[in-house]
Amino acid sequence: MESKKMYLYPVWLRIWHGVNAICIIMLIVTGVSLHYADMEYPFMSFGLSITLHNIFGVIALISYVIFFAMNRLFLNGLQYRMKLKGLMKRLIDQGKYYMFGYFKGEPKPFPISEENKFNPLQRVSYTVTMYILMPIVIITGIGLLYPEVIMDEVAGVNGIQLTALLHAIMGYFISLFLVIHLYVASVGKHPLKNYKSIVTGYHEHE
Amino acid sequence: MNMKNLIFTLLFFAVAMFQSSFVKAEGEEEKVEMSPENRHCLQCHGNKYYSFYNEVAERTEHKLMNPYFVIDSVSYLQGEHQGHYCTDCHLEDYNTYPHAPELKLEPKISCLLCHDFSAIEEEVSQSVHYEALGDQFHCELCHDPHSNKIVKSNIEELIEYNNSRCLNCHNNIDKYQLLVSHKNPEILKTHSWLPNQTLHFQHVRCIECHTAVNDTAEALHHILPKEQAVRKCVECHSTNSMLSNKLYKYEKAKDPKGGFYNTVILNDSYVIGANRNKYLNNISLLIFALTFGGIFIHIVMRIIKRK
Ligand code: HEC
Ligand code: HEC
Ligand code: HEC
Ligand code: HEC
Ligand code: HEC
Ligand code: HEC
Ligand code: HEC
Ligand code: HEM
Repeated sequence: MESKKMYLYPVWLRIWHGVNAICIIMLIVTGVSLHYADMEYPFMSFGLSITLHNIFGVIALISYVIFFAMNRLFLNGLQYRMKLKGLMKRLIDQGKYYMFGYFKGEPKPFPISEENKFNPLQRVSYTVTMYILMPIVIITGIGLLYPEVIMDEVAGVNGIQLTALLHAIMGYFISLFLVIHLYVASVGKHPLKNYKSIVTGYHEHE
Repeated sequence: MNMKNLIFTLLFFAVAMFQSSFVKAEGEEEKVEMSPENRHCLQCHGNKYYSFYNEVAERTEHKLMNPYFVIDSVSYLQGEHQGHYCTDCHLEDYNTYPHAPELKLEPKISCLLCHDFSAIEEEVSQSVHYEALGDQFHCELCHDPHSNKIVKSNIEELIEYNNSRCLNCHNNIDKYQLLVSHKNPEILKTHSWLPNQTLHFQHVRCIECHTAVNDTAEALHHILPKEQAVRKCVECHSTNSMLSNKLYKYEKAKDPKGGFYNTVILNDSYVIGANRNKYLNNISLLIFALTFGGIFIHIVMRIIKRK
């Protein structure tokens, strides 16, 4: 098959992705350092972590708003819609491919096209991350930045505690997403091919 | 529910609410009453204005009371000297007005005349205040004998009351400059390094950071020089948070619940770093380990298959 190029990631998406990646990585590092703050093993000063976490959190918020708006305005948003019917089967097919088919050299069950650039697993995990985890982590984060706005008590439990707990758990899932995301992006003919795409915007067909 | 029922229900609640507040007010009043002797003083010292019969001019005069000489009778009755006559601590001669001029020269009574607080006095005499200002800095500057009380029931109230002891003066330029001529450092500015300041000042006492670690009635009077104040966030924001030994020492005995560290704090505050959850931390590490395990196996497979 001759090599064919597809333009999958427009400039705005690539810029968003870069900014977002830097922010999320910084937020994870500082967030972990806050959550596991310790007297004897200071990884990073608590005050510095708070400051950095606040700054990158606000940038991530802005970048998220841009992502959200652009996906509403442009067709890229359609990539995040899916039919629920048969979804489970499609997910399992893709999972099987990653676990077995890929090693046997079978063809991709859901080849990439410009209209359909994600495989089912990507589609679900990107959608869940971008439209469930990110909003929750951002909203709880704003709450913690302005703790005055948080309810004192929800069903007998300290409101700030609930908010912080939710924030930490969502942040944790996003870290988990990042690890898997980074690894899965390396699955392919050439491990670095997909990383190149998110920088140049072009996807080279195999 | 039809209209009539609704009206009756609302009426019922209105009456019930009115009654309960009525009963409560009555109950509070029953506890302590201001003695008639004290009322005599308070008819002047309880208000912004006072009046007296001027024998020289032969008429009744209305005058403004010095706001610092006003005694709030509500907090007087809540204070620990609620049962005292004014004249237990002030001379009987105050019963006449105009007060005799010599009374101004009479030294005021000290807590130490009636109580044995020598251990506390010892610590106060080592505090920055005493070192800078000497005897002038007496107990009454922090403990108003007309309203002083020990709040133990509610942490939030305790913190607020406690901090008002310091802020009464540190946020009041007049009181501050009664002692020193230089300007009052603004508390909000001098603590600008502390984020979420209002939140902090609502959830920790000034003395958390400004006294030595152990929180006994004596040691908390030993205000350290500002260079020695706590500035490290992790003193509180970590699993071995000092808050558990200081502010929350009375509640320390309570069992940990739900795997949270420093549980006692959780009733009132959530302190980042200090209130992490043991179970959640372990589960999260486990999931990460499994994920990395899966990735590792996948990588190994990729390498094997490539050959
Ligand atoms: C008729 C009004 C009136 C009554 C009654 C009165 N005072 Fe006063 N008192 C004043 C005023 C006015 C001052 C302000 C200083 C002055 O004018 O002497 C004052 C000042 C004082 C001071 C401050 C003295 C100083 O300069 O340090 C004390 C203490 C005091 N009164 C205690 C009492 C006590 C105790 C009683 C009741 C036994 C009492 N007063 C009854 C009007 C009154
Ligand atoms: C437990 C002792 C005690 C009782 C009871 C007491 N006082 Fe005082 N009072 C003091 C002391 C001590 C001072 C001096 C405070 C200071 O120097 O800061 C004082 C100061 C005052 C002052 C002057 C305020 C000032 O800042 O100098 C007034 C007015 C006063 N008292 C009125 C009263 C009245 C009226 C009552 C009764 C309702 C009363 N006191 C009950 C101990 C007491
Ligand atoms: C005229 C003597 C007198 C003076 C002056 C005095 N007190 Fe008292 N105080 C008492 C008495 C008597 C009681 C007990 C009241 C009671 O139990 O109803 C008491 C109660 C207390 C209590 C509560 C103790 C307990 O076990 O409940 C504290 C705390 C206290 N005083 C602090 C002070 C402080 C601080 C000062 C100085 C600002 C002061 N007292 C000045 C006589 C005095
Ligand atoms: C700089 C302000 C300041 C000064 C000056 C001061 N205190 Fe205190 N005092 C406090 C604070 C703050 C507390 C804490 C109350 C609490 O436990 O919440 C306290 C608590 C107390 C208690 C109650 C302790 C307990 O918890 O059982 C007593 C009694 C007391 N002080 C007596 C004195 C005496 C006597 C003097 C003068 C020698 C004095 N204080 C001077 C600030 C001060
Ligand atoms: C009646 C007024 C007054 C009260 C009440 C008071 N202070 Fe002060 N404080 C002062 C003054 C005046 C100075 C300045 C002394 C100087 O600079 O010589 C000072 C200085 C200080 C300093 C700075 C010491 C330094 O190293 O420069 C600290 C910290 C402090 N106070 C803490 C407290 C705390 C905590 C409380 C409450 C428990 C409190 N103060 C209650 C008047 C007060
Ligand atoms: C989180 C710990 C913390 C808390 C809570 C705190 N302080 Fe401080 N405070 C400090 C530190 C640290 C400094 C030294 C700041 C510096 O030198 O720049 C300081 C400085 C001060 C000074 C000296 C300011 C100057 O520059 O002269 C005063 C006065 C003071 N604090 C009063 C208070 C009072 C009153 C409260 C309660 C409302 C309070 N502090 C609560 C940590 C704290
Ligand atoms: C004396 C103990 C103490 C010290 C020291 C302290 N904190 Fe705190 N901090 C608290 C407490 C208690 C709370 C929780 C208030 C609540 O949420 O109920 C808090 C809350 C916070 C919050 C707000 C979290 C939210 O809900 O948004 C931030 C941010 C924070 N601290 C940062 C810091 C930084 C940065 C430092 C060091 C410069 C610091 N703290 C030092 C006790 C402390
Ligand atoms: C350094 C960190 C990151 C790298 C190297 C990286 C890499 C990539 C790559 C290679 C792709 C292309 C997808 C593919 O072809 O399979 C991609 C897409 C994507 N990534 Fe990342 N990523 C990073 C961080 C993140 C983070 C932190 C998030 C979100 C929290 C994220 C969300 C996404 C999304 C939503 C897409 C799909 C973009 C689209 O709409 O087309 N990425 N990323």
